[in-house]
Amino acid sequence: MITVNTRENPWREGLTVQALLDEMGFIFRHIIVRVNGEFVPEEAYAQRQIADGDDVQVMHLIAGG
Amino acid sequence: MGKILKQIKYTPAKIHRGYSNKSLYINVGDLRVEEKEVTEFMKEKFVGGKGFDLWYLWHAVTPETRWDSPENEIVMSVGPLGGITQYSGTGKTLVCAISPLTGIPIDSNTGGYFGPLLKFSGWDALELQGKAEKDLIIFIDGNEGLISIEEGEEYPEDSHLLAEELTAHFAGSEEDKVHVSVVSSGSAAKHILMGMLNFSFYDPRRKTVRFKQAARGGLGTIMRDKHIKALVVKYKGIKPNLNDPADLAAINRIGVKYHKEVHDLDEKQNTMRKIGTANTILVMNKYDLLPTRNFQTGGDPEAVKISPEVFINQYLTQGIHDGCWYGCTMSCAKAADHFKLLTGPYAGLCVTVDGPEYECAAGLGANLGIFDPQAILEQNFYCDTYGIDLISYATTVAFIMECYEREQIGPEHTGGLDLRFGNAQASLELMHQMSRGEGFGLLAGLGVRRLKSIFVERFGADPKLLEDIGMENKGLEYSEYLHKESLAQQGGFALTNKGPQHDEAWLIFMDMVNNQIPSFEDKAYALYYYPMFRTWFGLCGLCKLPWNDIVPADNYKTDTPAKVPEHVQNYVDIFNAVTGKHIDKDELIRQSERVYNFQRVFNIRMGSGLRQHDRPPYRSLGPATAEEYLSRQERYDKQLRELQGLDPSRMTLDEKLAATRAYREKQFELLTDAVYERRGWTKNGVPTPEHLKEIGMDLPMLLEVVEKHL
Ligand code: SF4
Repeated sequence: MITVNTRENPWREGLTVQALLDEMGFIFRHIIVRVNGEFVPEEAYAQRQIADGDDVQVMHLIAGG
Repeated sequence: MGKILKQIKYTPAKIHRGYSNKSLYINVGDLRVEEKEVTEFMKEKFVGGKGFDLWYLWHAVTPETRWDSPENEIVMSVGPLGGITQYSGTGKTLVCAISPLTGIPIDSNTGGYFGPLLKFSGWDALELQGKAEKDLIIFIDGNEGLISIEEGEEYPEDSHLLAEELTAHFAGSEEDKVHVSVVSSGSAAKHILMGMLNFSFYDPRRKTVRFKQAARGGLGTIMRDKHIKALVVKYKGIKPNLNDPADLAAINRIGVKYHKEVHDLDEKQNTMRKIGTANTILVMNKYDLLPTRNFQTGGDPEAVKISPEVFINQYLTQGIHDGCWYGCTMSCAKAADHFKLLTGPYAGLCVTVDGPEYECAAGLGANLGIFDPQAILEQNFYCDTYGIDLISYATTVAFIMECYEREQIGPEHTGGLDLRFGNAQASLELMHQMSRGEGFGLLAGLGVRRLKSIFVERFGADPKLLEDIGMENKGLEYSEYLHKESLAQQGGFALTNKGPQHDEAWLIFMDMVNNQIPSFEDKAYALYYYPMFRTWFGLCGLCKLPWNDIVPADNYKTDTPAKVPEHVQNYVDIFNAVTGKHIDKDELIRQSERVYNFQRVFNIRMGSGLRQHDRPPYRSLGPATAEEYLSRQERYDKQLRELQGLDPSRMTLDEKLAATRAYREKQFELLTDAVYERRGWTKNGVPTPEHLKEIGMDLPMLLEVVEKHL
């Protein structure tokens, strides 16, 4: 199990940031990703592995209005 | 050209530190034209823009004033930063009046050149009062120092014709057309309550007049009721220092840095320069936020048919600077050129359509079940030229379509129009009826609140269902975001001054997706800070979009990325550089808080503005019908288990709906308590005298109103 934006989410072996974003349907381009508080640049989404128990934050910056 | 009824020469005031320090009053009933002083008190307490509008409006009306009373005023003002050309989004005009839809002050924010040109013509604000007997044109020439009131009967009504004709007439030459701006409405505005105002700017590359809208709340209806056909301003000589700023170099420096950001980052962030605000259609669809078929669900597989790519590749002209005021590099005012109309009085004509903005594609598209870009653009064009607020139109017609499909009304009531979701031709015909002032279009133009009563009282519809699914609050129709899963945004729509328009707060991502504001206190803070921060744009003459539709590359490193701290500092620095004052980011919020509370008390004075008026329709809070529940059953069942400890497998659908409703309504009441407390209001939503004193607004006129409700 991992947490994504403080909510519990299933984990699997080999889960990357990009795969998580795809699975969550997070297609908004204007986001900031942190894993255990550490910023992950967009270029690293496909490689950055997420470990069991990690705390992932995917902050969508406000748009709209 | 019409007969001149009155002409006055004046000496345009010199602008100093962002203010001309004069405002213009015109009474179209008796043709009085007066000059008023803008006082230090006004600047201190109200800053400008919407602040000045509300101040003048308060003194013009009484609690008995209705939207069509002669004393109701349309007031407009651009604010002290309005008209600077070095930063993006600095030409917004704020327009206020007592609204036909809500009976309380409406404020609407628009681009186009009118406000800045009005200020450079010597006027910080314009008040329009009285009622003429015949159509008038009011012309202000800021170079000549001339105000002229002329007969306007002979001009066409629809904006795309009227504004072209007036621009050509008052400019006198092609090169002078960019110095003219026209405010107009359209043929529908005199038949409906949701009439809007078009503010023009001339686009020299396309050689056509373009528009932005002061759309919400029926401002166009009031203008046509006053028999004002158009306002025209002409001012030649725009240059960077016209506001006589205290520190021009600072403004230049901040502007250069900002423009580089837009240039480097827009493509990676929101692509505002390519598509404008419609960039978010598919995002909203994916996150279950795109209002579909009267806000029943948050998206539809067919939404790909109205994706940004479809508009970019097939309709929108690319590579042209599309700013609605000089210097806006965000440049989001996109247009579809050579668009061939297929219906209505202009069928066969090729026109330029301003848009589609997000609200247009979401409202006239998904919310009506119309996933056809041609039909969306055609409705967009006709809303604009007829002077119809497309948000109120879309939300009203979505409501009508659902009533029709649920057999609450039928063809015998709609004059045979088959108003089912997805029927674009029926929607267009309804619009043309509004323009002609006939048929079911006349009823539809009254808006959701009045239609609810009419459908119940005259057509025998179910009052409870209609209360639940009619998406209005305070009489204003909701703007186009589904927000059932964001408690904060439920407040962001309903706990507002003018009604459910998202320009006070857009918290859906922060709340629903990021889970950044989980507690009531967190949400209450967000519903304090963001409405106050965003109110400030309306005091100063600014556009909200350049604040957070692009952010600095290192914004993620800040403690509060959602606030975009560097851009907040830009605004503080620009305000100080223009006015010579010394505010900081806290005083910026305080400036807004004064006007925000003033507007709340104004609502109370007009017989609204209390807790009961802030209650939303249930569909804003949760699934109002069995179909909605079943469409997201997994989500709602999970919530019953996790939030209420219930076992949905042992419950009937009716029981599940009832339990979900009771929980969500309670959550909204708790949110309301928390927000009122954070804003310094009583449990009934009344600003306390102590709070008014703390923010420097313990004015006797306000205390007298609130004391009756303590
Ligand atoms: S960002 Fe768009 S709406 Fe705002 S001022 Fe610029 S062009 Fe106009």
